[in-house]
Formats: sequence, C-alpha cells, structure tokens
Amino acid sequence: MDWINLILIPAIKALILVVVLLTGFAYLTLFERKLIGRFQLRYGPNRAWRFGLGHPIADALKMIFKEEIVPARADKLLYVIAPGLALAPALLTFAVVPVGPTMNLFGLRVPFQVADVNIGFLWVLAVSSIGVYGIILGGFASNNKYSLLGALRTSAQTLSYELPMGILLIALVLTTTLGTQDGFGTLRLNEIVTMNRPWWLWLWIWLAFPFYFITMLAETSRKPFDFPETENELVCGYSTEYGSIKFALYYMSEYLHMLGASAVAVSVFFGGWRGPFVEQFPILGLVYFVGKIMALLFLFIWASASVPRPRYDQLLKFCWTWLFPVALVYLAITAVIVTLV
Amino acid sequence: MAVSDSVRGVVEIVKGFGVTLTNLFRGPITSQYPEEPAPIYPRFRARHELRRYSNGLERCIGCMLCEAACPTGAIHVEAAENDPEHPVSPGERYARVWEVNLMRCVYCGDCETACPVEAVVLGHEFETATRTRDGFLWTKEELLVPTNPNVVVRAE
Repeated sequence: MDWINLILIPAIKALILVVVLLTGFAYLTLFERKLIGRFQLRYGPNRAWRFGLGHPIADALKMIFKEEIVPARADKLLYVIAPGLALAPALLTFAVVPVGPTMNLFGLRVPFQVADVNIGFLWVLAVSSIGVYGIILGGFASNNKYSLLGALRTSAQTLSYELPMGILLIALVLTTTLGTQDGFGTLRLNEIVTMNRPWWLWLWIWLAFPFYFITMLAETSRKPFDFPETENELVCGYSTEYGSIKFALYYMSEYLHMLGASAVAVSVFFGGWRGPFVEQFPILGLVYFVGKIMALLFLFIWASASVPRPRYDQLLKFCWTWLFPVALVYLAITAVIVTLV
Repeated sequence: MAVSDSVRGVVEIVKGFGVTLTNLFRGPITSQYPEEPAPIYPRFRARHELRRYSNGLERCIGCMLCEAACPTGAIHVEAAENDPEHPVSPGERYARVWEVNLMRCVYCGDCETACPVEAVVLGHEFETATRTRDGFLWTKEELLVPTNPNVVVRAE
C-alpha cells in the first residue's frame, strides 16, 4: 500500500491546496480592496452581493470572457507560456510549507504539508527566484518597450533583494543549530516550526523581521516596491500587452507570491501553525496558521497604503548600501551568538 | 551621518504608518448615494418647475423672456390669448407650450432671473436621467407644480 502514502495522499493534498489557494487569492483581492478603501476613508467594493463578496467572482468571469489579443510582432510561444511560468512557482512555494500539525484522518497519519523535504529552505529560495522568469519572459515577449523596461526592473530588483533575504534566512538557519539534538541545524520547515527555542532567541529572530519584511515587499513586487508595473512611468510594466485570462494569471501570481512569502515568513518567524491548545485540538493549528498569514497580509496592505513608491535608483541604492550591510552584520552577530551559546 | 539618517527614516516611516492606521479606524466618509439621499443645499439649481398661484392659476403669462434669456436656447415657449371666461393665467396671455430641453440646459438660472412673475424656478429635482432623447424634453404639464403656491425665490 505504498502508493497511497507516496502518490494518492500528496496528490489529494496538492489538489486541495491549489483549490484553496486559487479561491483564497480571489478573496485576498477583495480583502485588499476593502482594506485599502478603509485606509482611504472609503467603503471599498460593496455593490455585488453582501459586503461585496460577489466582486471576485464577477472579476473572474469578466476576465475569462475578455478578448484574447496577441500583439502582432510578439514572440507567440513565450508570450503564451510566460503567465504560466509566473504562476507555477508561486504555487510551488506552498509545497514545503507546513499548514498544520500531523493529524489522524480516516485512520491515517496525515501531515498537513504537501512535501516534507529536508531542504525546505533551499526550495523556498530557489522557487521564489524562478518566479522572476515568468515576468521577464512576458515583458520580453510582448515586444513593447514598457513591458521590457518593467521586466528589466524586475530582474534587477529581485536579484538585488534576494541577497539580503538569503543572508537573513541563513542567519535564521544558523539559529536552528541551537534547537536540534545533533547541533547541525535543519532546513526542514516543519522542524523549524516545531522547534523549541529560548525566549531571547525569539527576540533576536523577531529583530530581523522588519528587514526581512522589506525584502519580502521587494521580492513580491508589492507597493511601495511595485517597480515591475509602475503605472505612472511604465503604463502597466511587464503586463502592458496582456489581457484576458493571461493578465489574470499574472495578477494571480502576484497575490500568490504575497501569500507564499507570508506563509514562509510565518513558518520561520512566528512559529507557523503553533499556538495555545494545538496539542489537544490539532485543527486549531490551521486556524492559527491562517490567522497569522492574515496578519501578515494586513501588514502588506498597510505598507502599501502608507509608504509612497521610491525612485528606481533609490530602491537599488537602499538595498546595496543599507539593507545588505545590515543583513551581513545581523548574520555576523547571529554567528557569534550561536557559537557562544 | 548614515546612522542618524537611518533613524530619521525609520521614524518617518513609522509616523506614516501611524497616520494610515488612525485613518483606518475613522470610518468611511463616502455617501452611499442611491441608498442614502445626497445632501442638497438651499440654493442648489436643478430641474425647472413652473409655479401656480394659490387660486390655481398658472403664474406664467407667456412673455417669452425666459426663452430670450436662455443662453443655450433650451427653452421653447408658445403663448396664446387667455379665454376671459376660463383664464389659465391672470394676465392677457398664457403659455400654451412651455418646453425645456434638459440636454441643452446648463442650469444657469437666467430664466428664473428673467421671469417677471416668478413662474419658472429651478427646483431640487436632479435625478432626470432617462434612456431616450424624448425623456429629456420636459413639457409644461410635467413641469407644473400642482399644489405649492409658495414661491421661494432665492435671495441673490
């Protein structure tokens, strides 16, 4: 009966996860629009159905029935596959994130995680950098200068901010050596979530969160770092020439990146699904996980409502002359702490 | 230098976050127009109204001054002699036809300034949208106010 454990259960889990993510994305857009509305003293969308709950459905239907236009001199193949290339990595991030504790379902012990790989951290970093390909190829294939500029900006921005992000994550991986028995540390996200750490280590980890959050904003191209699609300079950036469902896929991948980055940050910084009474009622783990993600998403939206977009050169300068050194110093101090304790 | 700049930057960002957070809890100031009535001020000028005297006679005497005063030519008046037995208005003549094309009207209020008997007044009824062109052509029968003898002329 190995195939049940190896193929069937992961397939079912993946299917559920994808469905939840794709509907969750739709309602994330509603959450954002509502919240941005409140920040700007408006109601936000409230016409379709109660509380505007019908807006995401209406948007999706509208997107599907829009005319498909491919620019005359676009690179057809790349133009068509680029949105998919952007979407797939955004979904793949979730494969290694533990959504809840291991539960007994129908007599089977089911871990609430699609794949408990031992290189979870590396997977997250690798997949999040692959996500740029969809945007770069889309901007390149559209044969439009705005698209190309947006794509170039994306590549520079993502590559630059991946450095401080990676360094901060390395520092966090270093702290896991204090939690494992053999003292070698771990890259397994589930172990990182369940690890018991002393309170001062938590404080030190949380100190890194503001910096990590800035890199998250840049990696997911969210406002105030939405340089791939600076509306006031580049029309719509890499997605200028995209319409219909292809644009929807790009839109989806942006929001899924947001969800994925929040899920990883929750697992690394805030103990994932852990919370009071999870041992007695494992289902609470899911609630805590979703709640923590919602809190981070609120932070995302709050930042987009509060901070204006910097200039493009300021963005890169900020990364290389401030964030990167700060991350290096953080890594060095963490290394010292880990060695001494 | 760099450190003080960083500190100042952080303080400014945190301030910005604080401003947006206080606004989040202030609640929306949007008026939900079709559900809630829109606020209308006393001197608001919208669709025309034709007034009557308290005895039921129409104020309009068909002098066509409103038609002459209208800058866009939106008003069309045709006068006729009053039947002495059954007068429509107290003067010699009355307006047999009084039409206004609301697609032309700019709601300047010159007609009500020009009117010697204060018959035409710009009222507060502003929801005049329709789906046909004819719907914007309002005739005397639709514009006449049935029972409101008190003419409120705004103090200009």
